[in-house]
Amino acid sequence: MKLYEYEAKEILAKYGVKIPFGKLAFTPQEARKIAEEIGKPVVLKAQVTVAGRGKAGGIKVAKTPEEAEALAKQMFGMTIKGLVVKKIYVTEYQEVEREMYLSLIIDRASRRYLFLASPVGGVDIEEIARKEPEKIKRVYVDPFEGLRDFHVRTIASWLGFKQGTPQWDQASSIVRAMYRAMTELEAELVESNPLAVTKSGEVVPLDARIIVDDNALFKHPDLEKAYEEDPRDVTEFERYAQKIGFNYVELDGDVGIIGNGAGLTMSTMDLVYHFGGRPANFLDIGGGASRDVVKEALKVLLKHPRVKVIFINIFGGITRADEVAAGIEAALAETGGTDKKIIVRMKGTNEELGRQMLAKLGIPLYENAEEAAQKAVELARP
Amino acid sequence: MTVLVGPDTKVIVQGITGKEGSFHAQRMLEYGTKVVGGVTPGKGGTTIAGLPVFDTVEEAVRATGANASVVFVPAKFASEAVYEAVDAGIKLVVVITEHIPIHETLRFVNYARSRGTVVIGPNCPGLVAPPIRTKLGIMPNSVYQTPGRIGVVSRSGTLTYEISYQLARAGLGINTAIGVGGDPIVGTDLVEAVLMMANDPEIDAIVVIGEVGGDAEERLAKLYAEGSIRKPIVGYVAGRTAPPEKRMGHAGAIVMLGSGDANSKVKAFREAGIPVADTPMEVPQLVLKALKK
Repeated sequence: MKLYEYEAKEILAKYGVKIPFGKLAFTPQEARKIAEEIGKPVVLKAQVTVAGRGKAGGIKVAKTPEEAEALAKQMFGMTIKGLVVKKIYVTEYQEVEREMYLSLIIDRASRRYLFLASPVGGVDIEEIARKEPEKIKRVYVDPFEGLRDFHVRTIASWLGFKQGTPQWDQASSIVRAMYRAMTELEAELVESNPLAVTKSGEVVPLDARIIVDDNALFKHPDLEKAYEEDPRDVTEFERYAQKIGFNYVELDGDVGIIGNGAGLTMSTMDLVYHFGGRPANFLDIGGGASRDVVKEALKVLLKHPRVKVIFINIFGGITRADEVAAGIEAALAETGGTDKKIIVRMKGTNEELGRQMLAKLGIPLYENAEEAAQKAVELARP
Repeated sequence: MTVLVGPDTKVIVQGITGKEGSFHAQRMLEYGTKVVGGVTPGKGGTTIAGLPVFDTVEEAVRATGANASVVFVPAKFASEAVYEAVDAGIKLVVVITEHIPIHETLRFVNYARSRGTVVIGPNCPGLVAPPIRTKLGIMPNSVYQTPGRIGVVSRSGTLTYEISYQLARAGLGINTAIGVGGDPIVGTDLVEAVLMMANDPEIDAIVVIGEVGGDAEERLAKLYAEGSIRKPIVGYVAGRTAPPEKRMGHAGAIVMLGSGDANSKVKAFREAGIPVADTPMEVPQLVLKALKK
């Protein structure tokens, strides 16, 4: 679950970090009111849970409340990387002296927590990471021993602060708060980019991102509830498929994909692309493939307006081909048939029986995935 | 030799009274695995598939001499099961369970490793060694009927079966196949599993099935380029069409902060001299070619 910037900042504030004053606006009028309340220039920040919103026009400075209202009017309803802007965080404008980068992740290779700290940060952090990797300090934290003082000192000093100054203390408290957020919320990522030194000399997380582990959400009922009320980073189609229990990701092509297992499903998308087609989605029905699961998955894609051809690729040693065929039959019966072409490739038991059942529906059963993918691509061509 | 398991491997199934646990305990037995019992707290004294069920791992070990475990326990209780197995002296724990919170995995994996227990998984299909007909996992038995000299290491489940099936059809038998798991943190990662196989004289070539997310493929490529692995490797990477910042089914399959995309993994492999198949069906040809060299 990706937290919005304002949610992430509220959490850091709860853990003792000084955050610039700001409030959430749902309408342009509210944006103006908050700007009036602040009484100084403000920043309007579109609340969408994708990185790179600044470059997409999702961050604007307003000098007056009127300007704030006008800019908010443009920003609401804007789409940033597929997500519609419904909330704008209106916050006090800070003049920035310098921008830094600080993040905390779980490092796969060392199996420890890992802080990444850079005295230069901001929108070009990926480029900095590529061109000047020596700028990025890596500080590993043992999950059993936890955060030690020397970790905090190492980071604060790398970021360019001097011990005994107020900035040192502010930076240290940000490091500690990020670590607390990471462990207490069971996050996968806690990031501040930019972390800034303002012209007035304060160390402030100008932006904050937190991604909480979906598998741990059940232990954090408040977050779970917030996600239920606003699933934020999924399209309607993705949400619909999730509710039925599928892993679903929207892509932009016209060949619908159903596979069992994440790796095989991705590989099926790649196969379609390899033969010159464009996958419309990723839909993983998981291990095993009962007739009901196949039926529900197929119904999702039958309803999808962009999908022209549906390519079902099932590899199951124990999956029964007749069971899969029965699922397809049931989906077609429930939706009253379709103009979309369906291609099935399957390895499993009772293949001959499955082939006969599908033949009655006019659907070919392929044994070879490459052949099936080529056929799917061919059928999708206008 | 096969990797991680041998003729003396005696297996218990944790969560054996559940639907998945009991089903796969039977499939493992049918394959030939020495499954000696199961554990479900509160169900001790009963039997499932002719196997004795115990309340604790410690009792199971005492009664059966088990030295390996396969965990099917639901996500909420799975970490508990791993700690219990480690403390009972089990040296190989295969965690099939998906959706275990990552901070829990981070801890139990470190705990196990510090005590000399190898963890495979979580969120994995397990491992299978056809030459000794031993399977600790959920792979379909029908695919692993051809013993041979190929090692398979994979971050995926069904894609592993697919590629193993293609290998068998091409007459390439398998020595050991390990599905390391689809989570970001796993007990034994792609690189570590490949290194185990690299040291095994009965494995001639290793097929590595990677996917988007993380940097295990890149780390492996680096070791290979440095000459630390002197055995042919053939790669395949799933997810070349995966969009950034979207989780592709597996918790670990996500392109984040500009790193982990499939194309850069393919590039890293190729630059290191590891041939990469563009489709799963191409893998056997590349293996045959690599073996001829």
